[in-house]
Amino acid sequence: MSTSTDQRYTKVEHKKSFQLSMLLYDQRYRSITIQVFFLFMLMLGAAWLIDNTVNNLRALGKDFSFAFLNNPAGYDINQRPVEYNSQMTHGRAALVGFLNTMILAVMACVLATVLGVVAGVLRLSNNWIVGRLMTVYVEVFRNIPTLLWILIFGAIMTEAMPAPSAFRGDTPAASMIFNESVAITNRGVYIPAIMFARDLGSLQVGPVAPSISWLLVIVIIAAGIWANKLLIAHATRVQNATGVRPKTWWKSILILFGPIILFFIALGAHLDYPELRGFNFAGGTHLRNSLIAMWLGLGIYTGAFIAEIVRAGILAINKGQTEAAYALGLQPGKTMRLVILPQALRVIIPPLISNYLNITKNTSLGLAVGYMDLRSTLGGITINQTGRELEGMMLMMLIYLAISLTISGVLNVYNSRVKLKER
Amino acid sequence: MKKSVFVGAFAATALVAGMAQAQMLQSIQDRGELNCGVSTGLAGFSAPDANGVWQGFDVAVCRAVAAAILDDAMAVNFVPTTGQTRFSALASGEVDMLARNTTWTFTRDIDLRLTFVGVNYYDGQGFMVSRDLGVSSATELDGATVCIQTGTTTELNLADYFRANGMNYEPVPIETNAEAQQQYLAGACDVYTTDVSGLAATRASFESPDAHVILPEVISKEPLGPVVRDGDKEWEGIVRWTLFALVAAEELGITSANVAELAQGTDNPEVNRLLGSEGEFGSMLGLESDWAVRAISAGGNYGEIFAANIGDQTPIGLARGLNALWTQGGLQYAMPFR
Repeated sequence: MSTSTDQRYTKVEHKKSFQLSMLLYDQRYRSITIQVFFLFMLMLGAAWLIDNTVNNLRALGKDFSFAFLNNPAGYDINQRPVEYNSQMTHGRAALVGFLNTMILAVMACVLATVLGVVAGVLRLSNNWIVGRLMTVYVEVFRNIPTLLWILIFGAIMTEAMPAPSAFRGDTPAASMIFNESVAITNRGVYIPAIMFARDLGSLQVGPVAPSISWLLVIVIIAAGIWANKLLIAHATRVQNATGVRPKTWWKSILILFGPIILFFIALGAHLDYPELRGFNFAGGTHLRNSLIAMWLGLGIYTGAFIAEIVRAGILAINKGQTEAAYALGLQPGKTMRLVILPQALRVIIPPLISNYLNITKNTSLGLAVGYMDLRSTLGGITINQTGRELEGMMLMMLIYLAISLTISGVLNVYNSRVKLKER
Repeated sequence: MKKSVFVGAFAATALVAGMAQAQMLQSIQDRGELNCGVSTGLAGFSAPDANGVWQGFDVAVCRAVAAAILDDAMAVNFVPTTGQTRFSALASGEVDMLARNTTWTFTRDIDLRLTFVGVNYYDGQGFMVSRDLGVSSATELDGATVCIQTGTTTELNLADYFRANGMNYEPVPIETNAEAQQQYLAGACDVYTTDVSGLAATRASFESPDAHVILPEVISKEPLGPVVRDGDKEWEGIVRWTLFALVAAEELGITSANVAELAQGTDNPEVNRLLGSEGEFGSMLGLESDWAVRAISAGGNYGEIFAANIGDQTPIGLARGLNALWTQGGLQYAMPFR
């Protein structure tokens, strides 16, 4: 009897379980209703924006097309990591700009990291002068906008350095430094370049053609580092088994430098020195003012931020760790290298990623000193000559987004390797 | 209900935004001010003087248009634009017109959908070098470092010229004329290239203009003129015929000194039509009948504007050359007021 009552009771409750008004008055559904409503409004807003853009473009008589990327660019670019001339396409010009962006980003990241780690560690130094000097560096560079630093470095290069013509004549007003091999002029710095007498040509990979010789150099160096790692791992195993660590330093040197030196000799590597010819220096590698100003501006500015990150990372490690290391008899240098820094890395890496991303995005300030990066080529001259603002800007945003996501993806993998493993 | 209000509001906004474009004259009159895009500073063409008042050959066109519409030559809001920002500023409606040494080309006219209303200065691209270099011809510039304003036709002409002559060069892209001047004077580039008029104007502002030479080669045609957006026939007509009025005034001997007197009526029917004592030309443009009188009073006729800003009596010292009237062997020619 009681069972049947229960069944009936349940049935009635089930029947009343859903009514339209419950979407608003029942707590279980209300939040979903609100979310659906706002999602709808958001989509409506987006649809309106897109529709408005399409209509306005039509009113202006412009279609939406990326075909302009296949048209001849018509303009020249001074810094060309890959072959380019004014008869090539806008797409090719954008590629040159992209590579210039990447070159600058990598150079600035390296400089910022080196400066940041050194300044961050030294700021904690017990030496009063060294510590305060680093504080001055950090505070001065961190608190002045990066664009100003870039302009200052650019102005120093153009205004304070001698013109190439000053190097001319019997008693020149300026002379090259480092045994006549480096020329610092107001048009940039000319340094010797490594050339191969028996070059191996270049490899065609899609739109770019990297030199085979230089690819091999990278491969050989990477292989050397890997082999050296194996050697050290072997030494550790021997030490663990026998208690005596075999001498490895001469083997390491041989593995790391032997093959690359042999390779250079085999290909007939020599230095190509810059020399004054006509209006300018010719030969060697030309680091343009724009590149140097951007490199120093971004690198030194961001280095100040990285210094603070490194300092914070070190301070985050309990003092007991240092004391324990000292108690074991480790010297301060080894304590820092073997105990503190490895633990500090897990604090340092995540904010470091965002600073690398900042550097990459800030390379788009290149236009200020005429550095021909992606913003200046695709986002500047190409847009201006073709009138494709919308397409050009969207493409540029997409490329910057892709670069940033790639950097943060790679560094996140590294972060998950160095972070504290909880077992 | 709520949703339909939203949709209605959106639609109304879109509609208003669409209609605003077609009534430029009305919106300028309502605003009481003409937004005119000029260069960021080029002596003689458009640059603020010591009192902060914009002066120059291009500025005079803006002032004439403002005078024709608003009867006040000073009711102009000058918006400095760079070679890169000028077309976006015009397309987005930030400025009503450009009077900014802009070259009339096929792609700008057809593909960028700009409307060039005429040519107020026939120019060509040239090169300026320091006299110390001892260069006397552009064909000797192989390997030189060249300062160039980015986003301009000169950038493309330069690439073509050096390619055609089998020469190499190192471009130094810069944004504004002032920046180019600083880089050139610091010796960061051997050569500065832009329109010859611009070179003359820039050189005139140097401390020692004689230490620099403008090479004889003129490597391109650069017809410079005022530009408006496509799609507003009435507004386009006002700017075009204001420019023609200035040239026609010189042809007909109307100057800022005698325009008021001639406006009373003369024996010459064309003068009468232009100055509004005969016919209804003003109202056809949507303006008062004395629109041309105001425009000419603002800065004088074309010849007066030229002489006052860039002529051979000024530091810029440009000869009329191609910009003389057609009756005097030049190319300046106003369409008939009929």
